Amino acid sequence: MSGFLLRRIAWGALVVWLVATLVFIVYFAVPRDVARLIAGRQASEETLVVVRARLGLDQPILVQYGRFLGRLSRGDLGESFITQESVLSIVVRDIPVSASLALGGAMLWLLMGVSAGVVAATRPRSRTDRSITAVALFFYSMPTFLVGQLLLFFLFFQLYQAGFEFFPPGSYVPFTESPLQWARFLILPWFTIALVTGAAYARLTRGAMLDALGEDYIRTARSKGLSERRVVLRHALRSSLTPVTSQFGIDLGTLMGGAIVTEVVFGLPGLGREVVQAIINQDLPVIIGVTILSSAMVVTANIFVDVAQSLLDPRVRMH
Amino acid sequence: MSTAPAIRARGPWALAFERLRHDKAAIASAITILFAVLVALCAPLLALLTGHSPIEQFSETGLSPAGIPVGPGPEFWLGTDALGRDVLVRIAYGTRTSLLVGVVASSLAVLIGAIVGIAAGWHGGTIDTVLSRFMDVVLSLPFLVLALALAALVGPGLGVSVFLIAFFSWASVGRVIRAEARSVREREYVQAARAIGAGSVRIMFVEVLPVVSATVIVYATLLIPSAIAFEATLSFLGLGVPPPTPTWGNMLGDAMAYYKVAWWLLLFPGAALLGITYAFNVLGDSVRDALDPRHDQTIRRGAG
Repeated sequence: MSGFLLRRIAWGALVVWLVATLVFIVYFAVPRDVARLIAGRQASEETLVVVRARLGLDQPILVQYGRFLGRLSRGDLGESFITQESVLSIVVRDIPVSASLALGGAMLWLLMGVSAGVVAATRPRSRTDRSITAVALFFYSMPTFLVGQLLLFFLFFQLYQAGFEFFPPGSYVPFTESPLQWARFLILPWFTIALVTGAAYARLTRGAMLDALGEDYIRTARSKGLSERRVVLRHALRSSLTPVTSQFGIDLGTLMGGAIVTEVVFGLPGLGREVVQAIINQDLPVIIGVTILSSAMVVTANIFVDVAQSLLDPRVRMH
Repeated sequence: MSTAPAIRARGPWALAFERLRHDKAAIASAITILFAVLVALCAPLLALLTGHSPIEQFSETGLSPAGIPVGPGPEFWLGTDALGRDVLVRIAYGTRTSLLVGVVASSLAVLIGAIVGIAAGWHGGTIDTVLSRFMDVVLSLPFLVLALALAALVGPGLGVSVFLIAFFSWASVGRVIRAEARSVREREYVQAARAIGAGSVRIMFVEVLPVVSATVIVYATLLIPSAIAFEATLSFLGLGVPPPTPTWGNMLGDAMAYYKVAWWLLLFPGAALLGITYAFNVLGDSVRDALDPRHDQTIRRGAG
């Protein structure tokens, strides 16, 4: 088990290093004038020289790369070009918002998606199955931003016009301040994420459950006289959770690094909105910091998933 | 293969087509898609008919005296946007972008995925390890952040969008095709081909490709809607096809500021986007059921 874990961690570190290198190449090794980008178009040649020296841009590219990795390994993500704030403190400030959004959304989508998939798979080709499949495909087809916009339109705006203000957008209250307000501001964003992602999970669970229910061991379990409930929930569902958990690792990791679209639509001050703003402003340290952080999140989530899977199914450890 | 003369031999493709022909959902979605193609082709005709080009701003007739967009009516059938442009004509032109990006990007992704997948699954050994690991890396990238950052860096545009969508979509296809190619490798007829002296390239194209082609077709169909959604997301965030070219994504992005006074800016392009992605997904599911290849249902899409 420990050898397996070590291999996964080493692999994860390799992925993060590759992403960091890719980002470095894209931003610094590609011939273009980063100094001018920071100093602005009107900057004089003297200013540019100063900026270059300050950021070490006058050094050979490999020296720059070495420094970049050195800073990164010390957890130093640099400072924003725009606000001079350290990227680390920006991340620390934004991450509670993104984490609240991701974790709440994840609970909802797992609940909705997996249960819908199980219900559909146990009654294949019935009316229930067909309605679940159709509804899941409906949300599966919609881009996240459209689901968010429609929820905003129907559940916030129409209700607001009718005189109820239940789900106001554009704000965030920390959990520690008021759990109730926290949930109130997050409920539409949660459902946005949960409907889109849950639809994919319903499809995934249904397919895996249908495969599992056709296996010999299910027939054995049934012929032993186990209750249908036990057969479905303990025998079939357990093996069907393998693809679901591996997808879950990727999705949760991605969202922890900022649910870009959802945060933009609902005006939530999380990492996703931060990075979109940074991209528009060409604020390289923030973009780089958040990108590397997001991939680290995905990788970490994947390691957790691998461990969880090896506990669920010992065969996984062999690979 | 020889059959008795009275019985018409029907290959798996003919059978699959037969199954599709009797699938009502598949027919309905195929008609929807054909309609969208027709709209895309006839967009200039619609502009001619209404007398409104997609980028022309009608500040007199298309905006109320207070400068607010005009709702659906006889002059502007689906209303106007914040700049007084005709929403119907813009949706029609947006169909072109969506279909073009969807089809080209997903074909590119499936092509790359098929080549890498077959190469990895067929060769095995070091090549397989390297390619599989590479696919794992691509799959664990935070793709939306990277796509946005790259689009901003290179400068957003149609070609850039297509390339980015293909780059972040091929790996899931590659992984599935690799698994199929691996299982084909061990079959007797492949070993027979090798025994009579066929080269690797020949075996890959003649023996392996036809087997994985069912998967290729299913993926091509299912990737189109996710590519369309991806493009819409990029445009929505202002990093897809730049204005004034109308796309459903940038129309919906503009709608964010105006949906409270002009519902038509949100609901019409939204319905168009949903209609086409839903139709492609239904068709993709039907094609998969008709061909019934082994499948992995996870397709990466612009989540979050």
